[in-house]
Amino acid sequence: MPYENSMIIELGHYALILALVVSALQSVLPVWGALKHDTRLTATAPTLAYLSFALVLLAFLALTHAYITSDFSVFNVFENSHTDKPLIYKISGVWGNHEGSILLWVLILVLFGALVAAFGKNLPAELKATTLGTQGWVSFAFLLFVVTASNPFLRLEQPPVQGQDLNPMLQDIGLAIHPPLLYIGYVGFSIVFSFASAALLLGRLDAAWARWVRPWVLASWIFLTLGIAMGSYWAYYELGWGGWWFWDPVENASFMPWLTGTALMHSALVMEKRDSLKVWTVFLAIVTFSLSLLGTFLVRSGVLTSVHAFAVDPARGIFILTILIIFICGSLALFAMRAPLLRKGGIFAPISREGALVMNNLFLTTATAAVFFGTLYPLILEAATGDKISVGAPFFNLTFAPIMVPVLIMMPFGQLLAWKRGDLWGVTQRLTGAFVLTLLSAIALGWWMGGNHIFAVIGFGFALWAIFGSLWEIWDRVQLKKVGPVRAWKRFWGLPKTVWSTALGHLGIGLTALGIVTTSVYETETVLVMKPGETRQIGEYDVTYKGNRDHEGPNYVERVAYFDLKQDNKFLHEMAPTKRVYNASGRPMSETSIVSFGFSQVYFAVGDETEDGGIVTRIYHKPLILLIWIGCLVMSLGGFIGMIDRRLRVGAPKPAQKQRKKQQQGAAA
Amino acid sequence: MIKPKKTQGFIAVLFASLWFLFAQQALAVNPDEMLSDPKLEQRAREISKEVRCVVCQNQSIDDSNAKLAKDLRILVRERIKAGDSDQQVLNYLVDRYGEFVLLKPRFELHTLLLWIGGPVILLIGIVFLISAARKRKRDSEPMPLSEKEKEELEDLFKNE
Repeated sequence: MPYENSMIIELGHYALILALVVSALQSVLPVWGALKHDTRLTATAPTLAYLSFALVLLAFLALTHAYITSDFSVFNVFENSHTDKPLIYKISGVWGNHEGSILLWVLILVLFGALVAAFGKNLPAELKATTLGTQGWVSFAFLLFVVTASNPFLRLEQPPVQGQDLNPMLQDIGLAIHPPLLYIGYVGFSIVFSFASAALLLGRLDAAWARWVRPWVLASWIFLTLGIAMGSYWAYYELGWGGWWFWDPVENASFMPWLTGTALMHSALVMEKRDSLKVWTVFLAIVTFSLSLLGTFLVRSGVLTSVHAFAVDPARGIFILTILIIFICGSLALFAMRAPLLRKGGIFAPISREGALVMNNLFLTTATAAVFFGTLYPLILEAATGDKISVGAPFFNLTFAPIMVPVLIMMPFGQLLAWKRGDLWGVTQRLTGAFVLTLLSAIALGWWMGGNHIFAVIGFGFALWAIFGSLWEIWDRVQLKKVGPVRAWKRFWGLPKTVWSTALGHLGIGLTALGIVTTSVYETETVLVMKPGETRQIGEYDVTYKGNRDHEGPNYVERVAYFDLKQDNKFLHEMAPTKRVYNASGRPMSETSIVSFGFSQVYFAVGDETEDGGIVTRIYHKPLILLIWIGCLVMSLGGFIGMIDRRLRVGAPKPAQKQRKKQQQGAAA
Repeated sequence: MIKPKKTQGFIAVLFASLWFLFAQQALAVNPDEMLSDPKLEQRAREISKEVRCVVCQNQSIDDSNAKLAKDLRILVRERIKAGDSDQQVLNYLVDRYGEFVLLKPRFELHTLLLWIGGPVILLIGIVFLISAARKRKRDSEPMPLSEKEKEELEDLFKNE
């Protein structure tokens, strides 16, 4: 058994090094072929892309196998695993550490290369080859990093009998889902970057390019949205103090590519439909992936802990920083050389669909800049002058939120404006119904929530405007009053997918905004000491502490505190927050207990026990908080509908493909 | 003391590692720290949200369970009880711990770029868009006909 194990792990190590060699070939041969118009060389691209994916997958599976079998001769497994850990956390533990998570990063990178090789059949051969070649440069750089500076396959000569266990905070289903989702989004933008670089290298950039790229932008954006939302919910229930977004640099690192990715999604639309904004779209594609790389650097180099911590152990940080600088400077230099040569596309009036999308891009870029300065300024200031300042949530709330207000206001207008030249007054008239509906519901909601908060009503107004405004286009197009319910129903289902995609995307933003406004203004927090048998009134609820019981988990012991949650003498739910101590590390953890009522939640966490047998209890009421994450799901659904719409239209129509197949079969026969 | 694992980079982890660095089971604000006057306590909470727990990473003293954060929370409440205004409490903390304690930096020369960076980008964008729109308008307007072209046009009409 030990012999087999070590074979598998060495096989994985070998596959990883082979992948480095293959990606070196992938970064040279196809691009060379494209520049020399040599079809034999360009034809190697898909094969090399498949091969590097297969090899990295093999390495990843070998490491996973070492985790599952608790092979502590592998240093990485020893540091981050334990035999008693449940299987799912043994698997997710693979990427719960630096080396493993970078390996997952690379796996997704080569996965996207393989996907382009597989689905890019309708791409011009040279564009496809150059794109995969550029992707090869990125994978080569990161594989070199993994092999030389961050190798997960290093072995211990004397294998210990037991591992050091995974950080208890990470022993959660959140770790199994959040990083893969986030990385697919994050790294997915690499393929968009490669498409942009390839287009610049070949000097050909047109509406067709935008059409090829858009599904990849959408796919990455969907996963990034889901990844960020999942991470936010994970932090919310795991950390135990009820926050759902902390403006932490690590969060900002994933939020910046999301903002520019959202801008890119919109500008690529203009490019595809009107052959306009080409230069800007390519620039955004470069910036988005650059921000993904920057995020990787910020998170992986230790620079966030402090500039000094980075200086103490700089090897990895410097390596990623070098990759970052080479790719950003290289692509921007290429951009600066080639962009002026691009032909100007279709023109449009300021008041038009294009104009609205330009505005969207302007504000999203400003929002990115605000987050960017807030995240990096303290680091740069400290490195330059030694002055230490802090930039936290109060700064971001003040600078970021105002930029989102015009975005929310403009969304419904943008949806209805015509391409090329729009009629703002006409659109305003069409939106009157949505406006009245918004006004009435904002006042009604404000009144229902207590009626004493004018800012909340204004906030509700912006969010509800986005909600009703985004759905208004559907209502407007169905023409229920004119055509009657039967035909309206048919029209409803016959609406183009783009209409649904936009409406749901914008609806999601509105729902998230509504959740944020409501929970920030109206959440309540109660901290108190409760004794067994005691009942206290908390807001509209009665809470009884029934006592606690000790319980033994697979790799921890916990003390569960039981509470009854009642309202008007009606039993609602038994809450059971716990305090755990993990056996291997002796680390304490507190697990929250959350119950949903509609979109609102009641949230329990327990702290210390007092000497007289009481327990410190925190109880939050979070009105409409679930809308924050539901909004993200709705947004992603909108993106998904947009993507399947693309897939239907991209490339050769089906009958032609069938014909071609028949011809080929005929030729073969 | 457990060294925080700086290499683990998912959202929760940064908080988590610091949680373990000061491994106590207490959650942030405890009932025994609170002021009896709910109005003053509310003010203390609001101030605490703007003060950084200086040994933590990006956590306010309101959220943190570190010992130092607890000391600071008590200090904030003492200053409030002594009759300080919110600004005076913050000034007091800055005098003792430096500007590092403020989660929202002051608007000063060395934070100028931080504060105006976003608005400057917006301004540059607007100026660029306006000039581009003007240029486009100028370019798209047809050039007036030259004298020679007018003559040619008239000749064409005459021939008809």
